Amino acid sequence: MIAGNFELVARVVKARSGLVLTPDKLYMLETRLAPLLRREGLPTLDALAARLRDAPSGPLAEAVTEALTTNETSFFRDGAPFEHLRGLLPALAAARPPGAVLRVWSAACSTGQEAYSVAMIAEELGPELAGRKVEILGTDIAQEVLARAREGLFTQFEVQRGLSIQRLVRHFRQEAGRWRVAPELRAMARFLRWNLLDDLRPLGRFDVIFCRNVLIYLDPPTKARVLAAVAERLADDGVLYLGGAETVLGLTDRLVPVSGARGAYALPRVAALAV
Amino acid sequence: MAAPQPSLGTCLVVDDSGVVRRAARRMLENHGFLVQEAANGAEALAACRASLPRAVLLDWNMPVMDGLAFLRAARAEFGPDRPVVVLCTTESDLSRILEALAAGAQEYVMKPFDEAILRDKLVQAGLLPRGEE
Repeated sequence: MIAGNFELVARVVKARSGLVLTPDKLYMLETRLAPLLRREGLPTLDALAARLRDAPSGPLAEAVTEALTTNETSFFRDGAPFEHLRGLLPALAAARPPGAVLRVWSAACSTGQEAYSVAMIAEELGPELAGRKVEILGTDIAQEVLARAREGLFTQFEVQRGLSIQRLVRHFRQEAGRWRVAPELRAMARFLRWNLLDDLRPLGRFDVIFCRNVLIYLDPPTKARVLAAVAERLADDGVLYLGGAETVLGLTDRLVPVSGARGAYALPRVAALAV
Repeated sequence: MAAPQPSLGTCLVVDDSGVVRRAARRMLENHGFLVQEAANGAEALAACRASLPRAVLLDWNMPVMDGLAFLRAARAEFGPDRPVVVLCTTESDLSRILEALAAGAQEYVMKPFDEAILRDKLVQAGLLPRGEE
């Protein structure tokens, strides 16, 4: 691939998603874009770049961006945030008036495993939530993964990653060799296409936000911008979960670590101002 | 007894396929288990009587004595908690899974499996500590 063409693809992808592609990721372009080249009848990545140059914001640019964003996920990924959530949800429920809805956001939700993991915990907590309903919103930039998330249908391989067998039989129904999330869990979750670089205010406020393994792909200015916008969506007593390799250090002073809970962040208490 | 004791203890791999036993052995040894092998439920039961392993990775369909017959015999003889039994079988129908759980299995791997699935299931069964990704 001609060097200038790599940079052109990288520029298009960064403008759309914030994803930073360094030249060592050329192999990733080759493997991930191969199906797209075939579909579009394009012989080479250079031919693709030529098409992108003419239409840097059309459907092709969108498809390229989707193909290059990472969709890896699994149920209860990393474990610890979900253990923390199990304690947090009843506390938030107790702090809300009867009839209140607890809103959880799975940002960059991919195929929905994170959102459905939250739904499983909410369902298992049952009466501990004192009648407060839980509403989960999953958002992603990629249409294809969202369609899968909405279906809630997972392969035998996927349901064996991160799920205990007890949870599989409790929360899934078997359908011709695959496994579909139970209707009561699917009723809790909604999936919406949303770009984290866009205005996030229309999404409303959330009691809990999962935004894990997203920031690692962004450059520092974009990281800071996205983190600030996400923090603005968090309820005063809410919690934001970041990925294991992510931190707010040096990016924002609007979030402080929750003590004793790795990867969990909250808004600083404003007690000093409340005099 | 003089051999160095791996911290994770012994896992008995019960499968009539030598290929599966070898693949499972390699994965389990990588995690630090000491591995024993048995080709059917009867051999497995004899091995348990000689020395109770910490865990059993158990195929279902085998000659002589199948996995479920072994599981029921082991639960009757050694109690509900030990050894920890992880089914590992091509039987993937929900009714079969429920049958194995009712018979006292702690975890269930549906074949085909790979290293990542086996590791996750060992974590779920409490046999491996949960590592951060």
